Amino acid sequence: MTAPSTETTHVSRTTDIPFILKKAFLSAFVALVLFSLMIGIRTEAGPEGQLIYWTRLGDLASIVGLVFGGSIVLELLRQWIGPAGAEKLVPPVVQRGMSYLGRFLAPALLVFALLVPVIFYNQRYILDLAILVLTYVMLGWGLNVVVGLAGLLDLGYVAFYAVGAYSYALLATNFGWSFWVCLPLAGMLAALWGVMLGFPVLRLRGDYLAIVTLAFGEIIRLVIINWQDLTGGPNGVSDIPRPTLFGIPLDNSDDGLAAKLGIDYSPTHRIVFLFYLILALALLTNWVTIRLRRLPIGRAWEALREDEVACRALGINITTTKLTAFATGALFGGFAGAFFATRQGFISPESFTFQESALVLAIVVLGGMGSQLGVALAALTMIGGFELFRGLETYRMLVFGMAMVLIMIWRPRGLIGHRAPTVYLTKAQAISSDLVKEGHG
Amino acid sequence: MDYFAQQLINGLVLGSIYGLIAIGYTMVYGIVGMINFAHGDIFMVGGFIALISFLILVSLGLTAIPLILLVVLLVAMAVTALYGWTVERIAYRPLRHSFRLAPMLSAIGMSFVLSNYSQVAQGARVKPVPPIITGGYTLHEGADGFVVRLSNMQIVVVVTTIVLLLIFTWLVSRTRLGRDMRACEQDQTMAALLGVDVDRTISMTFVIGAALAAVAGMMYLLYYGQVDFNMGFVAGIKAFTAAVLGGIGSLPGAVLGGLAIGLIETFWSAYFSVEYKDVAAFSILIIVLIFMPTGLLGRPEVEKV
Repeated sequence: MTAPSTETTHVSRTTDIPFILKKAFLSAFVALVLFSLMIGIRTEAGPEGQLIYWTRLGDLASIVGLVFGGSIVLELLRQWIGPAGAEKLVPPVVQRGMSYLGRFLAPALLVFALLVPVIFYNQRYILDLAILVLTYVMLGWGLNVVVGLAGLLDLGYVAFYAVGAYSYALLATNFGWSFWVCLPLAGMLAALWGVMLGFPVLRLRGDYLAIVTLAFGEIIRLVIINWQDLTGGPNGVSDIPRPTLFGIPLDNSDDGLAAKLGIDYSPTHRIVFLFYLILALALLTNWVTIRLRRLPIGRAWEALREDEVACRALGINITTTKLTAFATGALFGGFAGAFFATRQGFISPESFTFQESALVLAIVVLGGMGSQLGVALAALTMIGGFELFRGLETYRMLVFGMAMVLIMIWRPRGLIGHRAPTVYLTKAQAISSDLVKEGHG
Repeated sequence: MDYFAQQLINGLVLGSIYGLIAIGYTMVYGIVGMINFAHGDIFMVGGFIALISFLILVSLGLTAIPLILLVVLLVAMAVTALYGWTVERIAYRPLRHSFRLAPMLSAIGMSFVLSNYSQVAQGARVKPVPPIITGGYTLHEGADGFVVRLSNMQIVVVVTTIVLLLIFTWLVSRTRLGRDMRACEQDQTMAALLGVDVDRTISMTFVIGAALAAVAGMMYLLYYGQVDFNMGFVAGIKAFTAAVLGGIGSLPGAVLGGLAIGLIETFWSAYFSVEYKDVAAFSILIIVLIFMPTGLLGRPEVEKV
């Protein structure tokens, strides 16, 4: 980690075999103690409610062997390659070239996104996946306002997503209001909850803020589960109306869009419509965020993230700054929730667990907070990667957790380490995200 | 009145378990300044290890219950402590000097790893155990036939908590390790300059915290007669609430906070609704942080400019 140690490994590139073996044996021993009870022995409740157990020594032996081998490989790599710094893996010239390319990457991605329904018209699976990815892109951009810009660490973002989804579901099923009336209402209700959360936590900072938002998210979820009369409890709300194209339903009926346009009806129409709907919502989030960043309020957010005390000393109103950040983030969360409800047609509290909050936060951090492009790429990677492991249902969250730990160790500052500054004097120069301190307020 | 007394007893027992978990949060927060998000899951793993080692000892033909429990306690503490050490080594040490959010996220990742690892290794179903410590005392029998009872199990939980708390308070306030810990709490760089092995001290903090979480896990197993892979999250949040309520960084505060949360939760379930008991506990957290950000026994945080 320090400079001298880097140099010594440069000089002595010999392989220290006894050290490697010693380390591998130690790791294997630790693994043996850790796993002997949990993996070597499997318990299960027997037929009479009594616990029975059997041994799985083969599994245990292979895992310990794996740790032994893995430790040797890791240590060999470490001694041969030396401490891997970002500068060493990617030379500065390439980095500059990449940030140059990055300017074209965002428009290229946008064009590609617009063309997705055209290219994959008949591939329902890919369209569904694309909608899912865009939902998380939107959530990521929404949370980015709170965490990336204002530096307020929010672990309960899924609460606003839930408020939006339930607002739409309940308004639409109980009063029969259309999607386009409910969407702004869902957003506003979520924003209202954002302000309600914001008020009590105004004085909190850092980890305390994180834990209170986490508690808030859990409270919302528990209330949804237990308030059976209103929300249907664990059974959720079903038969949520599908969205319409400003009153024209996208179905097989006589006054449906297909009949009006005189074309053959296909269920794909609705999927394509949903795709463009979420794309539009996500782009709205992005556009509003970029615009707000240049306004005084956006600069106040960034100032708050950097130093709350200095911010106060400069006469910036901390209360409104924090509240607007929470409200803006929640607004977009609410929109995304309403979209989620109309896409699924069914919602239940299971969709709004802490895992979702953690996933969205991981997307924001992995993207290199504050970088809009980074968040989009991270959502694509994470949700796409998550999809790859769909077959391994039980191992999925295990892999996700490990990936979170490894990514943090490998790139704590996220995929995109640079971003465009909000304000500059003469010439825009990319700033490293090492220079900003997110998740501080 | 009898009903109230019985709830008081139940609440104190539950509170002792929360207090034991809360000590782990408080120690890590005091020294490293981060919430060890995976601590609740370490508690859950401790419960599983106690269950499995208990099962093995019984099937080996041991019948002396106190001996079995002692061995289970020691095994659970030792193995779980190693879990704590490994978690610190893998997920937190490389991020010691990283920016604030990084250790938090890797801790959340570690929490997912631990709970899903337990699910994969031991299955998703609840694991029941028959009551091991039975019997108890009837304290008072009311005219309406309501009996206030204090079970032996409850006595074991409370006594274990008190004894361990005394041992660890002594450890922190009187031993070399405790002095190193307090030094790191003050200023890690300065402590390192004065010859304190900061890495080792932080590792030991995680080890002690995990060992106490294992005791809590074992007490939970004995008291409620079951464990499952999912129980770490909620218990962890409540224990963290307890640590904050008591004033994070303070050992007696953690136990005091644990008792308070246990009592609040029990009385809420008894007099209001069981469904909303977690909502009550989480609301307490928010209310406490608003009005007493430093908790009951905490020291005010000095803002460095």
